[in-house]
Amino acid sequence: MPEKAVNESDQQALFQFLLRLGDNTLVLGHRVSEWCGHAPVLEEDIALANTALDLIGQTQLWLGLAGEVEGKGRDADALAFLRDIWDFRNILMVELPNGDFGQTIMRQFLYDAWSSVMLGRLIKSGNPAIAEIAGKVSKEVAYHIERSADTVVGLGDGTEESHKRMQAALNYLYPYVGEMFLSDDTDAAMVSAGFAPDPASLRDEYDVLVAKVLADATLTLPDGSYTHKGGRTGAMHTEHLGHVLTSMQWLQRAYPGSQW
Amino acid sequence: MSDVAAGMMNRPDINQIWAWLDTVPDPEIPVISLVDLGIIRGVEWQGDTLTVAVTPTYSGCPATAIINLDIETALRGHGIEKLVLKRQLAPAWTTDWLSDKGRAALEDYGIAPPQPAGGPKRCPQCQGNNLERLSQFGSTPCKAQWRCCDCLEPFDYFKCI
Repeated sequence: MPEKAVNESDQQALFQFLLRLGDNTLVLGHRVSEWCGHAPVLEEDIALANTALDLIGQTQLWLGLAGEVEGKGRDADALAFLRDIWDFRNILMVELPNGDFGQTIMRQFLYDAWSSVMLGRLIKSGNPAIAEIAGKVSKEVAYHIERSADTVVGLGDGTEESHKRMQAALNYLYPYVGEMFLSDDTDAAMVSAGFAPDPASLRDEYDVLVAKVLADATLTLPDGSYTHKGGRTGAMHTEHLGHVLTSMQWLQRAYPGSQW
Repeated sequence: MSDVAAGMMNRPDINQIWAWLDTVPDPEIPVISLVDLGIIRGVEWQGDTLTVAVTPTYSGCPATAIINLDIETALRGHGIEKLVLKRQLAPAWTTDWLSDKGRAALEDYGIAPPQPAGGPKRCPQCQGNNLERLSQFGSTPCKAQWRCCDCLEPFDYFKCI
């Protein structure tokens, strides 16, 4: 294969990889922001809004880099607001509706745990731009997981009602966890470039972390190994992503090019 | 003399520029300067162009855009025409970079400065140390909410990261 073609396919894999990171934080950040003004108490409202803000900030970094790698003049805003469903590469779990407060916190914990393990590896990425961003955002994620893990324990090992809801949330969300650890050609290209780990290699560390918190929370992992998938490859999203984009992209679609 | 050479002769001293930047307040916490906050990572002349490296506190902090605007306004006010603001991500910002002057100003303003132990050392109002955390987050990304159980006043704590 000519060298140029190899480089182009590597660049394309890197672009896809960065979209996966940035679309996860974008869609989750948008979902969490939906709590603004609706949380059960003021402190939780502020905490959720701050978490969402961090996630959107991280999105600017990941999608900003994705746009540079793609080299077609698209910035983070263009990628966030002007792509349609089939071009999004987030995992399905982050696009699910928030459910109750407990379900939102459980999803945050399951995501934060993956994110903290992944970022720990990306800090050592052979790609300096990825390593820099990972170094920056891993500090924020360490703060997020401290809170989401504490809250999972507080609610899981709380009242009969809160325990029941947290167990229900875990049963509902756990089949979406496996997608974070699937590998494909894009991941293989990142591994061979020394840019990112094979997602499957993160699973043991993740399982140990999650098992410890769930034990403290008196919650039980559901049986079964079925995994919902298709988001990170773009093969198939849930119907919910379209509703997220309708809300998130409305202003740019209705008034193209509008700015603050 | 060429214009470029003339520009280089008239360019202000780096220490002078740091002193100017030390008068630009943080837009959210105006009692400390951007230099106190530790986000100015480098000031350098390249020919007749001044480059200022700025690092974000939190990746999503909405004050970042205002901070860049304030730096530009201040330096242009001192006659600097050719100015480049560079975003520097690494090494990532840490509250270790807060100046001692800034830490004292924070406490005086009613915000407990960051501590490696992860919580405030004392109440910024009554200096009591019977404290409890209300929330890990506060009114800006860089703060958390605490309360003093002696004087019962809630207060902001500058998160240690």
